[in-house]
Amino acid sequence: MTEGWFAGLAPDDPATRDRIRDGSADEPADWPALAVEDGFVADEDDYYATLHDTATEAARTAATERERADDRQVIHAIRAMDDTERMANELAERVAEWAGSRSDDAGTGVEFCRELAHEDADDPTGERVRSLAGRAVALDDERAALETFLERALPAVAPNLTALAGPTLAARLLSLAGGLKSLARTSSSTVQLLGAEEALFAHLRGTAPSPKHGVIYVHESVRGTRPEKRGSAARALAGKLTIAARIDHYAGDRRPALDDELADRIAQIRSNTEATDGSA
Amino acid sequence: MDLPEGIEYREFDGEERLATRGEPVYGEPTAEGWRAWDARRSKLGAMYERGMEPGLQNGDRVLYLGAANGTTASHVADVARVVYAVEFAARPMRDLVDVAGTRDALVPLLKDARKPASYGHVVEADLDVLVQDVATRGQARVACANRRFLADDGRLAAVVKARSEDTVRDPEAVFEDALDHLRNEYRVLETKRLDPFHADHLAVVAEPR
Ligand SMILES: C[S@@+](CC[C@H](N)C(=O)[O-])C[C@H]1O[C@@H](n2cnc3c(N)ncnc32)[C@H](O)[C@@H]1O
Repeated sequence: MTEGWFAGLAPDDPATRDRIRDGSADEPADWPALAVEDGFVADEDDYYATLHDTATEAARTAATERERADDRQVIHAIRAMDDTERMANELAERVAEWAGSRSDDAGTGVEFCRELAHEDADDPTGERVRSLAGRAVALDDERAALETFLERALPAVAPNLTALAGPTLAARLLSLAGGLKSLARTSSSTVQLLGAEEALFAHLRGTAPSPKHGVIYVHESVRGTRPEKRGSAARALAGKLTIAARIDHYAGDRRPALDDELADRIAQIRSNTEATDGSA
Repeated sequence: MDLPEGIEYREFDGEERLATRGEPVYGEPTAEGWRAWDARRSKLGAMYERGMEPGLQNGDRVLYLGAANGTTASHVADVARVVYAVEFAARPMRDLVDVAGTRDALVPLLKDARKPASYGHVVEADLDVLVQDVATRGQARVACANRRFLADDGRLAAVVKARSEDTVRDPEAVFEDALDHLRNEYRVLETKRLDPFHADHLAVVAEPR
């Protein structure tokens, strides 16, 4: 069937947008004339004005939705990044131990693997150690490539969350929450503890103090604050991150004011004059 | 060559440059309401600089495939009655939507140019010009699939980027194949390489057969 995007609708019907996005016609037609004939619009000028506004709105929402769907890709990437890092370190440890058994001045870590991978091995055993070191290096390179990928992908997926948390922490929060939508629906007190589940269960069993922060600990706002005030800093940060995730999910526009609010709040917490436990 | 009404050479900082009249979009120089059209950032602009005749006239109705963030589509929209601007990547579409905010003639469509039926209910028939810059494999196939939107006396202004078809093959051979394919649906009027503005790009002006 060949029908225009406007068929049977009024110009202000929101369904016009969905039609632009999801409709189709194998063959085009003189849509402006048909729209006037149908009484959808008064004249051609009116048609183009309505089409411009409707198509712009449809493109805006469709682009936003598509970019948001990319949060799944980001979650796979951060998990892969953690896997490559762990495996690179495990292999590097094995290499250090093996190389150490053959030479007193063997080093440790992935950097040592990098040196070793470039050396010539003079016997079959040395060749195996050198080759294994090469695998650790390759994994570390892959980790770096995944990190670069995240740096590029995150600002489009969650612009405000990324501005506040940085790409790696933003990706970790998305991964722990299971996506931008669920992160946007998570309470700020839960965001504060994401990644601290083990410590939280230990606390509930009565074997540990209550945790003050999960993965957000790596954020400068928390790590750079004196230990006795870290709880307040973590609460303030979690509050802003939660707002950022909600804006990213529901609105999608960038709000730089959030960054300043967080900076002010942290400065206030760090200054001595402030009461120890203000609300975030 | 005669430039169409609305496209002129104007002086910017003492230099004669191709220009259209409209709001600036990508930081291009402006003077007296005109904006310089940067041929290094626009393949259609480069076609004019190389003396080709893409067929765009003031008040035309245009389908633009591969609009990206609107650098070139905005210049076309400064001249045309309507520009249906198709782009399938979400990120550049966000910028294109902003450009549409300053140009009533620009109609952004988040669609795949390989699937013309997915916008056949929006883009009208008998258009004056089809501009194509999709820079992806199968560029000639895309031009043929979109022939249905063009009037019989309409024009195709397309660029073929050799590296998008095949990263290692000789560009000449890639262009020959693309032209052969185009000839299924079009009569080729003019071809030119866009060097030095764009390396290994062949610009083609054609009309439906
Ligand atoms: C070289 S850029 C276009 C630059 C633009 N024409 C300008 O001069 O301002 C190519 C664009 O085509 C888009 N593209 C590639 N394949 C496409 C397809 N099948 N449908 C729609 N757009 C496509 C790409 O996303 C990219 O933005």
